[in-house]
Amino acid sequence: MDVTTPEQAKIAEEAGACAVMALERVPADIRAAGGVARMADPTVILRIMDAVTIPVMAKARIGHFVEAQILEALGVDYIDESEVLTPADEEFHINKHEFKVPFVCGARNLGEALRRIGEGAAMIRTKGEPGTGNVVEAVRHMRRVMSEIRRVQNLPDEELMTFAKEIQAPYELVKQVKELGRLPVVNFAAGGIATPADAALMMQLGADGIFVGSGIFKSSDPMKRARAIVAATTHFREPEVLAEISKDLGEAMPGLDIATIRKEERMQERGW
Amino acid sequence: MKIGVLAMQGAFREHITSLASLGVEGIEVRRERHLEGIDGLIIPGGESTTIGKLLVEFNLLEPIRELAAGGMPVFGTCAGMVLLARDIIGSDQPRLGLMNVKVKRNAFGRQVDSFEVDLDIPVLGEKPFRAVFIRAPYLEEVEPPAESLATFMGKSVMARQGNLLATAFHPELTNDLRIHRYFLEMIK
Repeated sequence: MDVTTPEQAKIAEEAGACAVMALERVPADIRAAGGVARMADPTVILRIMDAVTIPVMAKARIGHFVEAQILEALGVDYIDESEVLTPADEEFHINKHEFKVPFVCGARNLGEALRRIGEGAAMIRTKGEPGTGNVVEAVRHMRRVMSEIRRVQNLPDEELMTFAKEIQAPYELVKQVKELGRLPVVNFAAGGIATPADAALMMQLGADGIFVGSGIFKSSDPMKRARAIVAATTHFREPEVLAEISKDLGEAMPGLDIATIRKEERMQERGW
Repeated sequence: MKIGVLAMQGAFREHITSLASLGVEGIEVRRERHLEGIDGLIIPGGESTTIGKLLVEFNLLEPIRELAAGGMPVFGTCAGMVLLARDIIGSDQPRLGLMNVKVKRNAFGRQVDSFEVDLDIPVLGEKPFRAVFIRAPYLEEVEPPAESLATFMGKSVMARQGNLLATAFHPELTNDLRIHRYFLEMIK
């Protein structure tokens, strides 16, 4: 769960989040504020680290390896090289192999996921469209990755190199995906998840877990909604449990129609 | 033989894979009805606060305690060790509290301090076990009838108490199946 203060971090932990993402602003506010979005102030990150016992993640701008060095020095548990922040490099991502701390990166398809893993990412998440409360892009990206994995599994070995070329992915990793029948790292859903039903949908589509950002603290009752999303992620195949936990959650975040966002303003278009 | 693997959160899939390598079926446990017919239960690594809260919310603490009291073997790794411990230093988080041990959470530091080490575990034989510690706990105290089975830097990182087994590290993340086999032998 994305949090911007120690108080929010405690709410997330109390609700059962397995980690928090320390941020200066949640994605919906980054959209509203405009300007350049950067790594959060270390003071805020350290206060959040002190407030909870669960792992604390923080975001660095794409390609900004010095922000990442600073986050590693602070003792952050995982770094998100994130398209939600304003990219610092529009050509190259961080060489994540150089770090001891694990990274998570966004992807819209298998090629992008495997390029990030090739650079050293230890975890992948869908990009979705952050700060919109609209799950449609996360669904698109998860379905795309899963369908490409299924395709790889059915390819004969002699077709793997051409497929790797088509999706612009490292050949060795394409081979590994064929052998494993899945990504070689965990794959989370992120970007636009606002309800327990959204969370369960992403799990049923094959996600290993869920990132929720604006969806919690932009809703009318964050604690209740956070608990419901935690429970929905566990009991994603049990409609009667989902029905029960979806009751009386108050207002979801207002949301934003993605069709109204110009292509150059879509966060998912960032990353290469 | 069927082994339940608690699947509220965390690395349950890895345990099911380890069990499958030993020819044993692993059942994902999320509700009380999933406990029916299992011969043992594994509580995986993950986030102990998350797993504990979901155990309370979905009424699984008591059913698991009853099965353990009836002699069913239970094996906890990392977060699972925290949930098995009677005492958790500085925390009143929900737990099963079945083992006579005092656990310290995040005892070796944060994620960047996670490590792997060759560990001597006498009950497994002479060959050391490659132990993967991730934001791991250790046991500050192990009191009878619990007994320590392995130590690292003077701290207990594996313990057994009758039908209960706990490791601070993650045997499911290596290809060494000796600890899972040791657990399955506790069932027979």
